[in-house]
Amino acid sequence: MLKLEKRPQPSRVFAWLTPLMAVVLTMIAGGILFAMLGKNPVEAIRVIFWDPLFNEQFASYSRPQLLVKAGPLILIAIGLSLGFRAGIWNIGAEGQYILGAIVGAGVGLAFYPLDAWYVFPLMVIGGALGGWLWAMIPALLKVKFGTNEILVSLMLVYVGEQLLASMSLGLLKNPEGLGFPGSRNLKDYPSAFNDELIAGTGMHWGVLTAFLAVIFAYILLNRHMLGFSIRLTGEAPRAARFSGVNPNLLILFCLGMSGLMAGLAGLFEVSGPSGQISIDFNTGYGFTAIIVAFLGRLHPVGILLAGLLMALTYIGGELAQLMLSLPSAAIQLFQGMLLFFLLAVDLLTNYRIRFVKREKA
Amino acid sequence: MDLSAISPALLLASLMVAATPILIAGIGELVVERAGVLNLGVEGMMITGAICGFAITIETGSPAVGFVAAAVGGALLSLLFAILTQFALANQVASGLALTLFGLGLSSLLGQEYVGLKPAQTPDLHIPLLSDLPFLGTVLFSHDVMVYFGLALVAAVWAVLKYTRVGLVLRAVGENHDAAHALGYKVVRIRVLAIMFGGACAGLGGAYISLIRVPQWTEGMTAGAGWIALALVVFASWKPWRVLLGAYLFGGVTVLQLNLQAAGLAIPVEYLSMSPYLITILVLVIMSADRSRAPGSLGRVFHASG
Amino acid sequence: MTQPLLKIDGLTKAYPGVVANDSVSFEIGEGEIHALLGENGAGKSTLVKMIYGLVKPDSGTMQMRGEPFAPPEPRAARAAGVAMVFQHFSLFDALDVAENIALGMEDPPPMRDLAARIRSVSEEYGLPLDPYRTVGDLSAGERQRVEIIRCLLQDPRLLIMDEPTSVLTPQEVEILFQTLNKLRAEGTSILYISHKLEEIRALCDTATILRLGKNVGTCVPRETTARDMAEMMVGSELQTPKSAGAKLGDIALDISGLSMPSPGQFGTALKNIHLELHRGEILGIGGVAGNGQDELLLALSGEERVPSDAIRLGGRPIGKLGPNARRAAGLLCAPEERLGHAAAPNMSLTENALLTGAVRRDLANRGFLRWGQAREFAEEIIKKFDVRTPGPENAARSLSGGNLQKFVIGREVLQKPYVLVVNQPTWGVDALAAAAIRQALLDLAAGGAGVVVISQDLDELMEVSDHFAALNEGRLTAKRPTKGLTVDEIGLMMGGAHGMEVAHAEA
Repeated sequence: MLKLEKRPQPSRVFAWLTPLMAVVLTMIAGGILFAMLGKNPVEAIRVIFWDPLFNEQFASYSRPQLLVKAGPLILIAIGLSLGFRAGIWNIGAEGQYILGAIVGAGVGLAFYPLDAWYVFPLMVIGGALGGWLWAMIPALLKVKFGTNEILVSLMLVYVGEQLLASMSLGLLKNPEGLGFPGSRNLKDYPSAFNDELIAGTGMHWGVLTAFLAVIFAYILLNRHMLGFSIRLTGEAPRAARFSGVNPNLLILFCLGMSGLMAGLAGLFEVSGPSGQISIDFNTGYGFTAIIVAFLGRLHPVGILLAGLLMALTYIGGELAQLMLSLPSAAIQLFQGMLLFFLLAVDLLTNYRIRFVKREKA
Repeated sequence: MDLSAISPALLLASLMVAATPILIAGIGELVVERAGVLNLGVEGMMITGAICGFAITIETGSPAVGFVAAAVGGALLSLLFAILTQFALANQVASGLALTLFGLGLSSLLGQEYVGLKPAQTPDLHIPLLSDLPFLGTVLFSHDVMVYFGLALVAAVWAVLKYTRVGLVLRAVGENHDAAHALGYKVVRIRVLAIMFGGACAGLGGAYISLIRVPQWTEGMTAGAGWIALALVVFASWKPWRVLLGAYLFGGVTVLQLNLQAAGLAIPVEYLSMSPYLITILVLVIMSADRSRAPGSLGRVFHASG
Repeated sequence: MTQPLLKIDGLTKAYPGVVANDSVSFEIGEGEIHALLGENGAGKSTLVKMIYGLVKPDSGTMQMRGEPFAPPEPRAARAAGVAMVFQHFSLFDALDVAENIALGMEDPPPMRDLAARIRSVSEEYGLPLDPYRTVGDLSAGERQRVEIIRCLLQDPRLLIMDEPTSVLTPQEVEILFQTLNKLRAEGTSILYISHKLEEIRALCDTATILRLGKNVGTCVPRETTARDMAEMMVGSELQTPKSAGAKLGDIALDISGLSMPSPGQFGTALKNIHLELHRGEILGIGGVAGNGQDELLLALSGEERVPSDAIRLGGRPIGKLGPNARRAAGLLCAPEERLGHAAAPNMSLTENALLTGAVRRDLANRGFLRWGQAREFAEEIIKKFDVRTPGPENAARSLSGGNLQKFVIGREVLQKPYVLVVNQPTWGVDALAAAAIRQALLDLAAGGAGVVVISQDLDELMEVSDHFAALNEGRLTAKRPTKGLTVDEIGLMMGGAHGMEVAHAEA
């Protein structure tokens, strides 16, 4: 019979080991899944995790993609992790990402075709503001009325998606687009285009911002009173109040920061890799970032690594779709499994499992 | 715009149909939450139920078998949540989110072969005399059996919670799991069963969308219905009959905006499509003043020490 | 000799790191009130849990009237005639009295019949109770009645009572003892767990004394002095804290007309509280749990804001200030609940030192933390207050109750407060740690600080405080010098017996 025993304090070893265990377990379970789909599991795992980086044929395309995909995931996940640490659950990052893109792109398109250095910085501010404002809705409702932020932020994703559709069909539609939905492509408007900073690396302003966010979050959480308040609130809300933390300010800060970062991610995406506002502009980064945040154990450095890993599954998944005709849903499922396994093995951080002989009842 | 094209009788009748998925899923989640567990995976369980029910109906030709399969599918998926939260003591919010993400992936994988197919139709009941009543017959008495099942389920859950020993123990576990444990009740076992009941209900609700309301299979077709079902429980202050009221309110908004779209109202379609979500937020705000009814142990991890 | 009701033979139960019970043996006779005496952590709770089927012994046996008795779960214990009144954790606030009682029974009758039986039994034993009231609205004494009635409805052979008087006023204790004596006269045996010696001498026939999990002796309480029993219990001679007897100084804390609505659903509102505390004074605030103690602490710590003038510190109005501003002004607090309120269980002691120490110990520079200083502060607390732990990097939850409480109190005392408010400073703490904490409070007052001790332990208040006041349903009585107060006077200040009229009115 298995018995759980609470550890006197959280295990540091397992805090680092559990994400690795989760990855390994997911690979095993994923392999079984792929085998059930009639694919060679070893090959599938290789195509997903190895080929994008090291196969000569694909690496030149895939390696830059790694940063392109990891950038928004890391940026959003860092923002989310601040709230998650404090027990504030913003799960509507997808909506804030969309709003950041709409407002940011809207600012850029408003200047079209003006050629000026300040267009892009203004777009960045617009993107940040868009995401921030969208996140302020659940934040203010929670502070004012105690409304559940989980449900409100999620509902606003659906509202955001409808807004996106409306924008790409209406206000932001390309007047020269022959009636097709979608805005002008910002790639054709140099003042607004978020180009690669170093050609061939995938490194753009958004990726740089993501790395800066990692450093910012690290310092905040480990060196600053505000970060301490965030962690304290998550661990023991009553102790936090006793300590002098104002829970309302914390809600506004955490939701605001996560919205701001998600908005920035949306702006950098729409002005760079994606290029335009379109109905299917959002691809679920806001939700995948939740997995990234947990997989990185809500720790900035962990999130950096988890973001890269998750980006790899995206690219590898596309490759597997191409090479092995592995359905894209299989990758989505694979990512979901990763979170499951992580939550399951996380038990080992705080508990010890002991084998006890079953006593006679 | 032609508002006269909207028939009140048909509007009310379709309201009952539109409300049924969130009603069934919502009443299931109510039972889970009354047992002290917050399962945010309703959306994932609904979409899984939707594809399970759809696929099995296509394979067997029988919607009845399909609905059973949907309930089983939802319950099995919820079992994953139960293992995570009740045995691995994982955070319930995170586990619920994981369940939703996983369910969305699983359903689109399972559903690949079924896009574009049409399932066998679920017949509407024809109740002699009642169905022929003018107006009321159309509104109340000529629906498919699941509409009535949903109503019966609400009544049953209400009666069980209020009048039976099982209901009392379930409420006790949700209210204070430490006390229930001290009195010798099996907290984990009761919660696992409640979670699976909630999963089965969510599965049924999902299958209702794919088999009757739409009826076909598209990826992500539940489109937030699971989240609305969660909001319903809050709206209802954990009381069964108020879930019914809430479901009809949301059903009404949904049907009304669809009718307005069809009638060609001068508001863009996207803004009408937003309305159910905005109404949900509005209702949540209004109801959040009354938080006293939440079960005492809701969302807390239970670990029997010693 | 007649056969005992329950014979316990060599019961042993070990947890990782501690042997909670080490081959404990004793017997409980028919119709006997048997005391189980011991300090916090002596293993009383574990022993009782084994009798009630919540915990299985590692070894040893029990016999009930000669038959082997090994309940696998509480249900089996109840079926064998064992009933238990818990110290806490066994009532459901949102359910009504009848539902709560039904949950503790194997085969409850229909609610209507049950309600009638509750009325009749509660009348019979002098414990009036309305079956349809919500338990969360009841006073601590009434809640205990719910548990007792729940037990009595099952006609138990053995009734276990875990620290029953800790939530009662002296008058309510008197009523409880009458009930217990009536039960004994009817042939029910009672296992009475307590660490209050005078009570045991007044009530019990026999006493078994536990120390560190072992049975260290059995005695007849009426023939043994309290002092002897105390020494058996503690194992060494106790140092009684000594006051240096400082002179009272200026008014340090002035509360006038403080009213505050209840912050939680089942809390207590504070009603028009007046209080003056001088420098060098220790004011004891007594009262039964749930009469506004927690709320008073929240109002003083700044977690709840009140009108500015309601609280003055050294003449300065501070009612509107938050916790950190009050700390800066010199008002420090230590709440009752150690894990989760006074300290964060999963965080290290260094982080817990930072939790309240940042302002006065200057542990942050423009918001940036000085981890080095925080660690030094934690080490200072550990050293000066003899906190047993390998070091400040250990999590708070790894400390025993007494050690963590020493840390919490030490953290505030070492910040040199102008006024310190503590709630239940020695609750669940072993005797040595309790003595050390009381001494620290006395020393603090001797050094000129004003100290408010909120406690339900009257002995403690009599020992340390210069003045005494009591909270009763959110109101505070006028304070009186501790010297010369009688138990009866204290009991009346605490509100006498609560809720005795309820059922009569409706019956």
